[in-house]
Amino acid sequence: MKPTNIKDPEYFHKVVDCQYACPAHTPVPEYIRLIAAERYTEAYMVNWESNVFPGILGRTCDRPCEPACRRGRIEEEPVAICRLKRVAADNKGEVQRLMPAAPKQKNGKKIALIGGGPASLTVARDLAPLGYEIHLYDDQKAGGGMMRSQIPAFRLPESVLDEEVNYVLDMGVDAHFNTYVSSMKDLLEKDYDAIFVGTGAPRGGDLPKLPGRWDTKENIHLGIEWLASVAFGHTTRIGKKVLVLGGGNTAMDCCRTALRLGAGQVTVVVRSPFRDMKASPWEIEDAQREGVTILNNMPPKKFVVENGKLKGVLFEKVAAIYDEKGKRTLIPTGEPDVFMEADDVLVAIGQDNAFPWIERDLGIKFGNWDLPVVDKTTFQSTLDRVFFGGDAAFGPKNIITAVAHGHQAAISIDLFCRGESVYNRPAPMTNLVSQKMGIHEWAYDSLVVNDARYLVPHVEKQLALQDRTLEVELGFDQPTGFKEAQRCLNCDIQTVFNTSRCIECDACMDICPTSCITFTLNGEEDELRQRLSAPAHNTSQDLYVSEGLPTGRVMIKDEDVCLHCGLCAERCPTAAWDMQKYLYQVTKAAPIWNNSML
Amino acid sequence: MTYIKPRFRHPELPRNKIGYAKADYEGAISTLCAGCGHDSISAGIVQACYELSIEPHRLAKLSGIGCSSKTPTYFLSNSHGFNAVHGRMPSIATGACLANRELIYLGVSGDGDSASIGMGQFVHAIRRNVNMVYIVMNNGCYGLTKGQHSATADAGAQSKTGSTNPFPSIDLVGLALELGATFVGRSFSGDKKQLVPLIKAAMSHPGFALLDVISPCVTFNNQPQSTKSYDYVRAHLEATATIDFVPHREEITVSYQPGHSASVELHDGSVIQLHKLAPHWDPTDRNSAVTRLLESKMKGEVLTGLLYIDPESQGLHELEQTVEQPLNTLKEEDLNPGAEVLEEINNSFR
Repeated sequence: MKPTNIKDPEYFHKVVDCQYACPAHTPVPEYIRLIAAERYTEAYMVNWESNVFPGILGRTCDRPCEPACRRGRIEEEPVAICRLKRVAADNKGEVQRLMPAAPKQKNGKKIALIGGGPASLTVARDLAPLGYEIHLYDDQKAGGGMMRSQIPAFRLPESVLDEEVNYVLDMGVDAHFNTYVSSMKDLLEKDYDAIFVGTGAPRGGDLPKLPGRWDTKENIHLGIEWLASVAFGHTTRIGKKVLVLGGGNTAMDCCRTALRLGAGQVTVVVRSPFRDMKASPWEIEDAQREGVTILNNMPPKKFVVENGKLKGVLFEKVAAIYDEKGKRTLIPTGEPDVFMEADDVLVAIGQDNAFPWIERDLGIKFGNWDLPVVDKTTFQSTLDRVFFGGDAAFGPKNIITAVAHGHQAAISIDLFCRGESVYNRPAPMTNLVSQKMGIHEWAYDSLVVNDARYLVPHVEKQLALQDRTLEVELGFDQPTGFKEAQRCLNCDIQTVFNTSRCIECDACMDICPTSCITFTLNGEEDELRQRLSAPAHNTSQDLYVSEGLPTGRVMIKDEDVCLHCGLCAERCPTAAWDMQKYLYQVTKAAPIWNNSML
Repeated sequence: MTYIKPRFRHPELPRNKIGYAKADYEGAISTLCAGCGHDSISAGIVQACYELSIEPHRLAKLSGIGCSSKTPTYFLSNSHGFNAVHGRMPSIATGACLANRELIYLGVSGDGDSASIGMGQFVHAIRRNVNMVYIVMNNGCYGLTKGQHSATADAGAQSKTGSTNPFPSIDLVGLALELGATFVGRSFSGDKKQLVPLIKAAMSHPGFALLDVISPCVTFNNQPQSTKSYDYVRAHLEATATIDFVPHREEITVSYQPGHSASVELHDGSVIQLHKLAPHWDPTDRNSAVTRLLESKMKGEVLTGLLYIDPESQGLHELEQTVEQPLNTLKEEDLNPGAEVLEEINNSFR
């Protein structure tokens, strides 16, 4: 193998598994250390720069970082990264003074943002400090988009949502709420220099062809529309027996909301097996804990309606068969169909994009599934001054992905408005600094604690079910937050190897608790992976290969289960190993905060 | 400060025949200087015991005083241990060995502990062919007292403070050959590929097995004028042969050209395979070993590898015809067979 090029910014970035997995590349270990140091305000700002909504995401994020967490590869549970983010948000001090202000003197460019969700708000946050005049349009009465209409208040209190939406709006954004943009053509005729579309995926999936669907007007609701109606106070009641169709997070929100509106018996029916449910495991757990029954392998066959009144739903029983490629087919088992009574049915089977307001003759091309044709890097559409982001760009994903899109779209819009090529992307900011303080002292807490993941306390179930706005999760208190933060392995403190200093004493190889380091003759990667100190089967993790050493061998480090404990560097007599903190930050359109104090 | 080794180990750590992973043979975290050769030897011992599938409770580690003699704390936490008075480990080992022949005895000593204060003990353990592995972690200096020349420092070698050693060195390997040792090897802490099979072979040898392991003192004896530094030893290393140890009942899978290899079968059926033999050297011929050693010395080489082995070795137990059972398992009826037997014995002297 060739020597590893550690100058490539992506090499060490990839070692920080959580940050690498985060669509917005939030520097996770950095803010977790700040939490452990009780520097909650700075921890919040590190988050705010990267993901704009730390308090919201600390409650609602899909957490792609957690399955990626290295801790999950050496013990059962990853660090509770998401809930630590909330610790930073809950305990922060005054943050607004640290946020950039929009300059009084504008730069003369006008931007329109369509939709007031996470993608648009991110674009606004990134562009406002540069002096852009920003007009935001949304048909809801307040900003936040799906975060307001679809996420129930018992998961995300309105106060948290308002606070973080307002941080952005307070940067001089001209918000036009209760305003539905009905024509892109009209918008293009206004004097906007660029238009960003962040309208999400607003159309709830339906079962239009299912028999009985149209036999009654009431009592069959589309999940996301019903959630929005509850959120805005239009719906306050539901029948005693409720069926929820679907297995995603919207279904989980629907069933739990139904319980809070007075439903006595709520059943979620999923057409496929449990293992294929799209809902996050913790959302499923929370729903079950509150008394929701979840049934699987039962696709609906028809709505049973008598005299215009909904009686229930008839389900077929199926089994899932997977072929060699993992493709699933649902085969009827031949068992009798199951009829389930229902006063109300909530259909939560996905959501789609919808752009009825974009005329198709404007030069904005649309491709498959009626999605716009959007460049994956620049988020530019085929009409150069129109950009898309969030669910509106590539279909429904999640908040953190929308934020990541927003950052990149903001860069494109800024480049475009300055007349530069949108492909002229800025490089990430990287910094690599030694953490050595003394013979056995490091500037980070290198001790690896053995604690198991801490559980977040919940409010008492009885109370929770009585009030749909009472937040269920209470969050970690400060002492528990500290203990959970200590579980972080500090993967951003990199093991940096200097070949010319190595005297090949083997001390690092001998001390390494997880057998990551091997001094051996070089070879091809596949073959090398078999003959290291411990087999390196996880090919998604790189091998760090040194230059040739005097004995003709090379140092090979399998990054897979390195604990970043620093023992290799501590046992190295010549400081050939050093522990160096690697800070990687995605460059934003504008400088967001002065992080030199980190 | 991290003198705590994390508990986590590689989740896919391989296991040996008796179900233990290498981690099960580890000890406490070392407090020796970073980069100390002794730590590499400790790791070699861990590796050898793991590969031989030794049950940790079947091994006793013994040591004297010195940096080297601290190391038993850093390997085989689950084995027996005895830290003796300076230079007196051989007599403790002899006693332990006589009391219980079922354990594997691993003596760890240093150049000071063996070649100076303990020399009188060391030579007698060789003479008696005590069934033990005797590893000398040889760094040519007194590391614990800041690096004065030891008895194994070469004449002319310079210490870190600049003093030149005026005295000739004691070559423990030459001495052992002269005293009739039945297993003599030398190795280098920086060459585990050679060290590990040597330790394995030594553990399977019935009788006294000496391993003189050059182990650089990274703090006090790793300077350019030293003859026990990493660089010097690597530059002057000369191996008698590459060595494979094949435990009893395992298939020999590697074959080498005839004339360039030799196999020595041990009493328990294990085989030591030697490849790329140095010319004019027979591992079972004491004279050729002595000659080869002297030749290397003249050329300024550090000769390593297996130097001599007596496959017919008779250990102390055989020589003394001691009881096979460990003494602590002998019951009162074994120890006091009664008046009749005593009478018989007395009669035999009449």
